[in-house]
Formats: sequence, C-alpha cells, structure tokens
Amino acid sequence: MDRNRLHNQVASMRRSLFDQGYLDDQFIQLEELQDDTNPNFVQEVVTLFYNDSARLIQNIEQALNSSPIDFCKLDDYMHQFKGSSSSIGAKKVTNECTAFREYCNAENAEGCIRSFQQVKQEYAILKRKLEVYLQTVRQASQTA
Amino acid sequence: MVMAASETKFHVLAVDDTLIDRKLIEKLLKTSSYQVTAVDSGTKALEFLGLNNNDHQDVEVNLIITDYCMPGMTGYDLLRKIKESSSFKDIPVVIMSSDNIPSRINRCLEDGAEEFFLKPVQLSDVNKLRPHLMKRRTQTNVNKRKAMDEIVSPDRTRARYNELEVN
Repeated sequence: MDRNRLHNQVASMRRSLFDQGYLDDQFIQLEELQDDTNPNFVQEVVTLFYNDSARLIQNIEQALNSSPIDFCKLDDYMHQFKGSSSSIGAKKVTNECTAFREYCNAENAEGCIRSFQQVKQEYAILKRKLEVYLQTVRQASQTA
Repeated sequence: MVMAASETKFHVLAVDDTLIDRKLIEKLLKTSSYQVTAVDSGTKALEFLGLNNNDHQDVEVNLIITDYCMPGMTGYDLLRKIKESSSFKDIPVVIMSSDNIPSRINRCLEDGAEEFFLKPVQLSDVNKLRPHLMKRRTQTNVNKRKAMDEIVSPDRTRARYNELEVN
C-alpha cells in the first residue's frame, strides 16, 4: 500500500512540475538517459546544476556590487547560468536568465538587479521542488 | 595499418568547457553506442588528436563534436584548425551552441562543419551523426582497399550492416 502511495505521489509531483512550467522536455531527455549503467544520472546532473548555480550566483552578486559594473562579465556569467539551466530543463529559471541578459545588453543596472532577484527566486523554488521530488523518487524506488 | 575483421565502435571526440554539457553529450553518445572521449577545451582536443606532434594522428577519431562558446579557442577556431590540417581535415566536425545566431550557423557550415546543433542537444540530434560517420567509413574503406589491393569479404560487409541495424 505504501509503495502505491509513494508512486502516485511521484507521478503527481512530476506532473505538476511540468504543468506549472518549472520543467520542460529537456528534463525528460535526462530521465530517458538514465539506465542501468547510470542509475543516478538525473540526480548527478541536477547536483552539477546546483553546484554551478551556487558559484554563478555568487559571481553575479559580486559583479553587480562592483563599481562600475562590468556588463560583459555579467552577461558571460548569465550565459553560463542560462546554459546549465536549459541543459536540465529548468524552464522558468532559463526564462528569467533570458530577461536578465536583455537588461544586461541595455546596460541597465537597475533592471539587472531587479531581474537577478527574479532569477534567484525562481532558482530557489525549483531547487526546493526538485529536491523533494527526487527524494520521493528515491524513496519510491527503495520501497519493496 | 591492418583492417580488423569486424568493425569497432565509432570514436567521437566531444569538446565542451561546461561540466554539465560534457556529461550530457558523453551520455548521449554512449547511449548511441559510440566510444567517447570528452575534453574541456579546443587546445586539449588538438593535443588528444596529436596535432602538436608533427601532424601525426595518435588516435583514431571518427567525429568531433564541439561547443561553440569556449574561452580561449572557440569551437569555430577548432573547426578551422582541423580543416586546415592535412591529417585531420576529413574528420567530420559538428558544432553545438546555445545561441541561435543564423550568421554564426552559416559561417560554421560554410567553413566545413557537417551539422550545427542548438543546445540542449538531444538524442534526435545525435541520431543525425551516423550518416556522416558511415559515409566516411565507406570512403576510407574504399581508399584503403585501393591502396592495399584487399578484397572485402562478404562476412565483413554483413557485420557492418548488422551494426547499423542494431541502432
């Protein structure tokens, strides 16, 4: 009974992640690549994403706090952030990154700062949801 | 060099400065039954090929797939270096990029790239590689046959087609 409940929970969490636009098809690609030779592939890639994101967020904070702001460097960091978020299918985060880069290209410091808050917010929400989701997936697979 | 009786897996050299994308492309290629070597820069790619050792090919690489945006040597720079080298110009090169810039895409294709994939790269993209590899292998085999005056046995041909059918 527990097993069914967990599996249903996984299915409904997964559906909601896609329906609410947090994840897109690229995440499905990751799931499809997971197999017996790489049973933790999704988690490994997602962990790389967390590590990358933490580093980039810190770099962007520093770049936004420096005076004058180096928009080239900012765009470079955000290009990387956008790249890794789109590689795991993090749809909302990717969209916020795109919005940020537009402010960056316009050299709009205030716009960048505001937009960056959005990026961090979406990232935090996704990270939380993904952590819970993947933990539930693990539990479901371990339940006999 | 003596030809093996059965064809071995194609060897793809993947170049990307991002760890996530390297991991992804490696998995995509391995899932498609390619042997993969992944490096994080164009310079390392050239070293691996042995381009620095008097243009002598140290290892056999059947295809190079490279990211465009990389610090130092871009994927485009790498493409040019490969195509300018007498030993390696026939190795098919594929470029990947997260930016959809038509002028960039056209320039790469005009300067010798076989394909240009937009990131994130998917299995459907990787499936497009095989024709480029098969074409080269057939050409290479024909050249080797002419050079060595060898007769291709029906068994060897059958083995090659069996490999195709599996995928």
